[in-house]
Amino acid sequence: MYGWIFRHLPGPLWLRIVTSLVLLGGVLVLMVQFLFPWMSQFTQFTDSTIGLVTRQ
Amino acid sequence: MVLLDKGTASAVPARGVGVLRKLIKIAGELLITVGVVLLLFVAWQLWWTNVESDAKQSETIRNFAQELGGSGGPVAPAPPGETPPAPADYGPPKVAKAPGHGGTIGIMYIPRFGPDYTRPIVQGTSMDVLDTLGLGHYSNTAMPGATGNFAVAGHRQTHGAVLDNIHTLVPGDKIYVQTKDGFYVYVFRNNQIVLPSATDVLLPVPTQPAARPTEAYLTMTSCNPRFGSQERIIAYSLLDHWQPASAGPPAEIAAQVAKALGKG
Repeated sequence: MYGWIFRHLPGPLWLRIVTSLVLLGGVLVLMVQFLFPWMSQFTQFTDSTIGLVTRQ
Repeated sequence: MVLLDKGTASAVPARGVGVLRKLIKIAGELLITVGVVLLLFVAWQLWWTNVESDAKQSETIRNFAQELGGSGGPVAPAPPGETPPAPADYGPPKVAKAPGHGGTIGIMYIPRFGPDYTRPIVQGTSMDVLDTLGLGHYSNTAMPGATGNFAVAGHRQTHGAVLDNIHTLVPGDKIYVQTKDGFYVYVFRNNQIVLPSATDVLLPVPTQPAARPTEAYLTMTSCNPRFGSQERIIAYSLLDHWQPASAGPPAEIAAQVAKALGKG
């Protein structure tokens, strides 16, 4: 899969390496911004309040 | 999509075997990806959320310091430094009005948690406050200095981990709350481990529904055990004395206060 993507990137080798690094960085940003905050609702050790937990 | 790729078709002896091999390869790559993402998630939650929250909390403190500067706050009336005198009596503590949700109430200094422990106290205990701004004040409880229960919550882990060391408090430890009115000095009394449903710890006299408060309590709640949330750890403190902003910070934390406010 990743090999297939890498082979289909345009340009010479160095450009493909740069492009894949940029793609990786973009995926990382997306995960930190959206995926991880969403996932954190399934972990428990962030509940520190008493009574009803009001999530927002 | 990938299955139709002809790039490696020449190496495949029979069509069925080739497809199966590719399917297994893709499944393997996906599993590795899931593993890497989960590891990144752990790193994000246990480390990066702290970095983010620390930055936000420093910003909150800077803004608070600017507000103080505007209202002629503690401009270092400076206790000269020699033997700190016994705390003077400034009368009954001034109690501020509660700010709106997300508004800054003040700063908490807890020397037991280290000389840099300077955390903002913000109104509200919803996740948007606790996840970024530090200590959240239960908005239905008293304000600092008031007779009754001033209750705050904070994360034990992640998002700044503001109360990570709550179990290290020793009876007699001082906890300083700075508001725009002055400094409230609380003395830690005891810990309690309760179930998450034990709302009676937030009562004006903690855990005593019938009692009428005669003292000012500070109650801090956080999750327990450190990396779980099956229980809550509660730290009770009592107001010892207060001093108005015009009297300057208590000598013990003067340097820390100057540092916290000087950043702005």
